[in-house]
Amino acid sequence: MLWPIVLGVLVLGVLLAIYTYNSLVTKRVRVRNAWSQIDVQLKRRYDLIPNLVETVKGYASHEKETLERVIQARNQAINANGVAQQAEAENMLTGALGKLFALSESYPNLKANENFAQLQEELTSTENRIAFARQHYNDTTASYNTACQTFPNNLLAGMFGFKLEEFFEIEEPEMRDAPKVTF
Amino acid sequence: MAVETFHDQIAHNKRNSFLLIGVFMLLFIGIGMLIGMVWGGGDMTFGIIVAVIAGIIAFALTLFSFYGGSGALLALSRAREITHKDDPQLFNVIEEMTIAGGLPMPRIFVIDDTAMNAFATGRDPAHAAVAITKGLRAKLNRDELQGVMAHELSHVRHYDIRYAMLMAVMVGVLVILCDVFLRSMWFGGGRRSNRDREKGGGGAQLILLIVALVLAIIAPILARIIQMSLSRQREYLADAGAVELTRNPRGLASALAKLSGDNEVLEVANRATAPLYIVHPIKKFEARAKGMFSTHPPIKDRIERLMALGN
Repeated sequence: MLWPIVLGVLVLGVLLAIYTYNSLVTKRVRVRNAWSQIDVQLKRRYDLIPNLVETVKGYASHEKETLERVIQARNQAINANGVAQQAEAENMLTGALGKLFALSESYPNLKANENFAQLQEELTSTENRIAFARQHYNDTTASYNTACQTFPNNLLAGMFGFKLEEFFEIEEPEMRDAPKVTF
Repeated sequence: MAVETFHDQIAHNKRNSFLLIGVFMLLFIGIGMLIGMVWGGGDMTFGIIVAVIAGIIAFALTLFSFYGGSGALLALSRAREITHKDDPQLFNVIEEMTIAGGLPMPRIFVIDDTAMNAFATGRDPAHAAVAITKGLRAKLNRDELQGVMAHELSHVRHYDIRYAMLMAVMVGVLVILCDVFLRSMWFGGGRRSNRDREKGGGGAQLILLIVALVLAIIAPILARIIQMSLSRQREYLADAGAVELTRNPRGLASALAKLSGDNEVLEVANRATAPLYIVHPIKKFEARAKGMFSTHPPIKDRIERLMALGN
């Protein structure tokens, strides 16, 4: 009489474990995917910059210093190793781009250029995308971490080595705000 | 029943969509049987035959509603699909929101109308579409546009679009069918009444009259049901969901303020499609502001709730 009950409980337990394991895997995949999304958006910014520099050159070729700083910051960001260095390089790039757009104020012809207006919109959007991709990464990480730590998932998470993921945090306050490019 | 999180909302919408399909098919078979019995002069077997045919038609219509519903609604609203080239900023804003929500990119449509409105439709996030009127597109700045698109994508994310789409298409079909049947009776009625007179029975004619009355009442009631079942709760949840995506309640709040000042009627909207829109497309703006219509909560109230989120 006892055996069927024990067997039933065991089967239920196994089913629950399978379900929990699969949902943890799904959430972890989402976190990884969200992380790679950030890189996609960063790359989009790198790709836009040469185009932007070329356009500006046509109207303000003697602002060489600012243009070179943008190119340099871009190359540094592409070649950066490690999270801290990467963050620093991205920060520099944002600053250099801000200067470039501030400079465009004094070139009415440049501002009137359709191509430039288009690049401005694309760059604004890219800055937003990077910020939203980071936000989405943090959202999925929060969801995954909560799932790992709540009972009874935490038992399974420990057993199968589901480690907590780190949040994307930015130390400098000026980087936390979406970079303000004033036109 | 309170809906707590957006996961609950998704489950809620999927369940309701399923129930809706069931009710629709039963109603369709029921009406088919009724019509069959009337046409057959109270003959039960003829009623059943028509009911079976009605069941097959209902099944086909369900498939059509599910897979072709969004296309039909977009065509009905005279929405035109656009590409990135046509409006880069609109595409960028929507893509930013899909990144924030981890959603696939929807198809984007424009409605050539100066009235200000927008809606989303589709059966799931992978088959979604967002439409915006030219009037609204022209009057919003980037932040406001982002708020509105975040609201629409929240409807997509919550599966509100599936339920609203099925509701709009199925109710639309039922209303049209009731109408067609009523008209068909005015023509068929005369012939049958002659035959009845020969048989000496006025009973069938009486049934005919009753059915006609019932159907005449059903059509407007059905339109009312759509309004009631698409609760205000959805709109509040989509507003909150929009802030979850943008983290900026001011964008949507200021867009809603602009929308509340618009008193133009959107010509392409009708009673069946009205609940899909971000603000009620038919009622005048005084009514919108006071919120007398159950599908959409008062805009003033929505703005207040949004601003409370910002604190």
